[in-house]
Amino acid sequence: MGGSMKAPEKEILGTKMNHRHRPKITALVVDDNMVVRAIHHRLLQDLGIENQVAVNGKEAVDVHSSGQYFDLILMDMDMPVMNGIEATRKLRAMGIRSTIAGISSRSLEREKQEFMEAGLDDYHEKPLTADKIVSILHKISNHSG
Amino acid sequence: MERNQQLRRQLASMRQSLFDQGHLDEQFILLEELQDDANPNFVEEVVTLHYRDSARLITTIERALEKSPLDFNKLDGYMHQFKGSSTSIGAKKVKAESTQFREYCEAGNGEGCMKTFQLLKRDYATLRRKLEAYFQLARQAGPNEIACRPK
Repeated sequence: MGGSMKAPEKEILGTKMNHRHRPKITALVVDDNMVVRAIHHRLLQDLGIENQVAVNGKEAVDVHSSGQYFDLILMDMDMPVMNGIEATRKLRAMGIRSTIAGISSRSLEREKQEFMEAGLDDYHEKPLTADKIVSILHKISNHSG
Repeated sequence: MERNQQLRRQLASMRQSLFDQGHLDEQFILLEELQDDANPNFVEEVVTLHYRDSARLITTIERALEKSPLDFNKLDGYMHQFKGSSTSIGAKKVKAESTQFREYCEAGNGEGCMKTFQLLKRDYATLRRKLEAYFQLARQAGPNEIACRPK
């Protein structure tokens, strides 16, 4: 499955992410499904990533409008009120340069393409696993040099 | 001690049968791996959350299937949500039936939707019953033995 990370791997990840004594990585989980939010929250927590949740794209935009910043945003595509594509566009238009990873159950290439073009840095199909999060996190560490 | 060992063996057997019978997939194992001393009941909490959330969707879909003509877009939307939640807890059979239902929606096949939904409800209820029994036994066996991945 590729979803399991053993304790030593998590320690190595923690060392890599904090090797220059950087502040802890922060994340925002954006998903309308409460079960998915709970799991993603726990997955990030287990990797030592402080995180909050938002129930739709509008809430994600509002939390940024209030001045909060996150290193990583895990963005679902299909959400009521404001979907992930629109939310991603809005966040980029606001100047938000966080790493935004689309996390969706959609598998068609054109659907993924539309989401990527909205401003994603990465895209993964659900279910999200620790391995997928690690690959996303490597993009954050590469961006920050 | 012996009674506890018996409970543990029963628990392990119950857990394995859920996988052998095709009710659960590896996503359930991922949930188990997120369980630790700080989150000792994580799997049961997530599963409980799922059944609370999905029960509402089952009712919504049932009502939508009573309408004529059927609104396949709405049905597909509801089932997309239901599938997402089921996938998250590793409900393998239910996930497969959700996918089938959505294919019937795309084809505009109302009869297919209804038949598949009946199967889905049956397997949904079966898994719910089995998981409730599993967690009840796990509580009896003690916190260290709740859904640990076999070595």
